[in-house]
Formats: sequence, structure tokens, C-alpha cells
Amino acid sequence: MNALIISAILGVIMMFSGILLKQKSGVRGIAIGGLVLVLLSNVLEMNGTHFFNVNLHGMMEFDHFSLLFVSVIIGAMLFYFILSARDMEKVGGYYAEYFALLFFILCGIVLVTSFKSLLILFLGIEIISIPLYILTGSDKRNLKSNEASLKYLLTGSFSTGLMLMGIALIYGATGTFDVAKMKLGLSEQPELLAIAGMLLLLFSMSFKVSAAPFHFWTPDVYDGAPTVFTAFMATIVKAAVFIGFIRLFGDTFGGMAPKWQFWVAVLAAATLFIGNITAVFQQSVKRMLAYSSIAQAGFMLLALFAMNQDAREGILLYSVAYSLATIGIFAVLGRMNDYTFEGFNGLARRQPLVAAVLTICLLSLAGIPLTAGFLAKFYMLKAAMAAGTQFWLVIFAVLMAAVSVYYYFRVIQAMYFKEGEANVTVSAGFKTALVVLAALIIVLGVAPELILYWLYF
Amino acid sequence: MPINYYIFLSIALFCIGIAGVLTRRNAIIIFMCIELMLNAVNLLLVAFSKMHSAAAAALPDAATVGTDGQLFVFFIMVVAAAEVSVGLAIIVMMYRNIHSVDVNFLNRLKH
Repeated sequence: MNALIISAILGVIMMFSGILLKQKSGVRGIAIGGLVLVLLSNVLEMNGTHFFNVNLHGMMEFDHFSLLFVSVIIGAMLFYFILSARDMEKVGGYYAEYFALLFFILCGIVLVTSFKSLLILFLGIEIISIPLYILTGSDKRNLKSNEASLKYLLTGSFSTGLMLMGIALIYGATGTFDVAKMKLGLSEQPELLAIAGMLLLLFSMSFKVSAAPFHFWTPDVYDGAPTVFTAFMATIVKAAVFIGFIRLFGDTFGGMAPKWQFWVAVLAAATLFIGNITAVFQQSVKRMLAYSSIAQAGFMLLALFAMNQDAREGILLYSVAYSLATIGIFAVLGRMNDYTFEGFNGLARRQPLVAAVLTICLLSLAGIPLTAGFLAKFYMLKAAMAAGTQFWLVIFAVLMAAVSVYYYFRVIQAMYFKEGEANVTVSAGFKTALVVLAALIIVLGVAPELILYWLYF
Repeated sequence: MPINYYIFLSIALFCIGIAGVLTRRNAIIIFMCIELMLNAVNLLLVAFSKMHSAAAAALPDAATVGTDGQLFVFFIMVVAAAEVSVGLAIIVMMYRNIHSVDVNFLNRLKH
């Protein structure tokens, strides 16, 4: 609750700071300081300090899992602000408003991770989506950005329509929006309305997390949006919506698991296949990262399929590992002139430190041991094995992880083994943040219990 | 009237909306079709709300049963309005750049 209210207030403060403050560094300072405040208040809430006493009527529940996840998301967002906030100046003239929208998205993220009523889920998803439509189109003169935002808007609101229909059908079947009171799947006879509603919700959430075959908007939108905002969409928003997805299917439809488990397995396999195979053929690193985010979503779907304790640990670790690595790569990519693979040629010679950090991030995404990405993938596979029904899915996921090594290593190869003129201008602070990021990825790869411990504390 | 009539009517409206989104090429008409989908859901929610409150007429808390469905409708209206305002702004922005609202123009990102 602390994080929700404080980030909403901060969003309003950011809007006014755009009028009152002339210097962009001041706006940035307020945003980063405010985010630290949100993080502190959320950590305090984990320890039992509530600043606000609001009667939620059981519509939301701030349990340990959601609070821990929100802390992790705010931590990732802090890295994102420190690394990429300066790049937002290049997008357009509304610097403070971008931060305001990002804080409003954070409110939506808190709603989605802690909902107990389908109304809150719907509101959370919309509060995340509507600012994202604006941020995608924020580069107003650029046709690609226009096109991406219109595409995102049309597909996004279409999937919202599907989600609402699903919620309405479930309401018809159960008479409540409250997840705890639904008790779906307990009776013997098939509930046609509930099954149709569940399918519609499955489709619309797959849209939002870009699982195949509902992924077609992802590469275009991620490619067309300004790179700073692509980084935010592909990491923080995606991880948060995934937690909402998992809470929805674990809590609401947990009793109906035999009916959807096989189809989620098919969805995961299709997502892994399409994401990885298409990423191999990309020429632009930005577009490759878009397909890689689809591929990683396929891995995260394994948690949805398994839905056991390993899966809860795994999804937490996975969202940290994936978000940190992708934020690092996008932060550097946003400062490159050329987004193709050739654009990275010879980067290691001019910027050895940046190249080394990029290598660690890419290794983590590929799932090489000693990085956080390896353990995250390991937990996911372990969870899918423990579910015990679809053994082929585990083997298929391992094969696809092997395919992913190819396109991640193409970037490393370009940086270290090819001659070229690639260069980036980086400040000392940027380098420090990158090194901290890389250190965190390696530390979590060696000792994941540093995060997982808090799940049981 | 039986609830089935309401369900069939709103599913029909919803399907018209989906068909419109998938076949029309004008961004504004696509947008209208999405609104049609949302309003079909509103109709269905109100019908279900009435159905649940009628079914619970004998229970002690009958007065409050089913009101949450109607509350949801208001939230859908608010969110749809927010979405329309952002959506029309984006369509206007695109019109300024390419002087058309035809979604067939949206192919610069394909490669």
C-alpha cells in the first residue's frame, strides 16, 4: 500500500516539477530520489510498518510474495533510471511528464501484483497500458514511433476487450469478482461460462506478455518505440504482467488446472520456438532483443505451467535476472549510433569495460553458468519437471535455450573479434552503475538465496 | 426475459466488434468496433448482475448481491474514455504526419 500511494503522489509531483523546474538534472534528481523513497517505504512495509491504513475490502492483498516482487521491480526501475534517464532527454521536450507516466505505471504494477479481485486486475492492466501507449508514441515526429504506438493501442485495447468479456463470463458463472470466493472447478459438471471466460482471459493475458501466437505486435512495437521506453516495456512491465498472469491462474483458476495446463504447455512451446528461431534471422540488435523477449517469455510460461513452489521461486529469480540483463543491454544500445550487429564491431577495443559488462548481460540471458540467468532457467526447468506431466516440454526448452546462444553470441563476437568503428560516449557514473549491475548478475548467479531467502522470511 | 437472450445479444455484439477490428482498415472505425466490444461487455455485466440479485432474492443480504457487476460497468466506462482520449490523440498525431488514418500505411516496421 505504501508503494502504491507514494508512487501515485510522486507521479503528480513530477508533472508539476516540469513546470516549476527549468533544469533537467533537477527533474531527474527528484525522480531518482522519489524512487528511492518508494523503495524504502516498500521495504518498511515488508517489515510491518504501514504508513496508510486503508480498508481494502479484500480487493487487494499485500502478501509477502507481492511485496517482495514490488521491491524487486522498484530496484530494477532504479537501475533503469540511473542508467537510462539521461537518454530520455533525446526523445522529446516533455522530460518531467515521461517520469510522471513511469510513476503511474508503477502504480499499475503494484495493483497487478497484489490483486484479489478481477476489477483490480483490470484496472492495473489498464493503468500500465495507457501510459505505455503514450510513451511508445512520444517521439512525435518519427513515423516509426507513431506507427508503433497506433499498433500497440489497437492490439492492446482489443485484448482488453477480450479480457473484459472473460471477466464478465466468469462473473456470470460465479456471481463474484472476488478471487477467494469463486471456487471454480469444484463441481463435477463442466461450467461452460467459466471455461469460456478462462480461455478469453488466457488469450488476453498472452497478448499482454506477448506469448505466441499472440506475439505479432511485439517486434514492431519494441522496434518502433524510443529505445529508452522499449527497455522499460520489455523488462519491468513484462515481468509485472507475468506475476499478474501467474496470480490469476494460480489463485482464480487453480482448481481448473487439468483443463488449462496442457494448453499452457503448448503455448510455452510455441513461444519458445517462434521467439528463438525468428531471433536468429534478425539484422538489428533492437529487433533481436524484441524476439529474445518473446523467447524469454516462453521460459517464464514454464512457471505458469508448473505452478508449484519451485515455480514461484523461479519466476522471481527469472524476472530479476532477465530485467537486470536486458536493462543493461538496452542502456548501452540506446547510446549506440547503429543498431545493427555490425554497429557493435570492435566495441571491445575502445570501451573494454562496457563490452565486458555487455558480455556478462548477454551470457546471463543465454543462461551460461555462474550468471543469474542460468539459475533462473534451472529453477524453471526444475519446476516443470516437478509438475511431472509434460516431459517433452523440458527437453524442448533446453534445445531452444541452446538455439538462443547463437544470437546472443553474435553480439559478443562482433564486439571482440571483428574490426570496426563502434564507440559509445559514457560517463564515469554510467560505468559505475553498469559494473554494479554486472556484479549483481554474477552474485545472484552464485548465491540466489540472497533474494529467495526473503520469500520465506 | 430469460438470461439467454441477453447473453446471445451481447455475444453477437461482441462478435460484430471483433469482426470489425479484424476486417476494417480505417483506424477510427477499428476504434469504434473496440468500443462496441466494451459496450457488449457492459450489457452482459448488467444482465448478470440482475440475474444474480434475482437468484439471491430469498437470502438475507439480497439488497447488495449483484451490485458489484454494475459498479464494474462504471469502471469500464471510465477506462474506455481514458483509452479513447489517448487513442484519438495518437490517431491525430499520425494524421498530421501521413495525412491518412488508413492502417494499411502501417508497414514501415515490417523490415
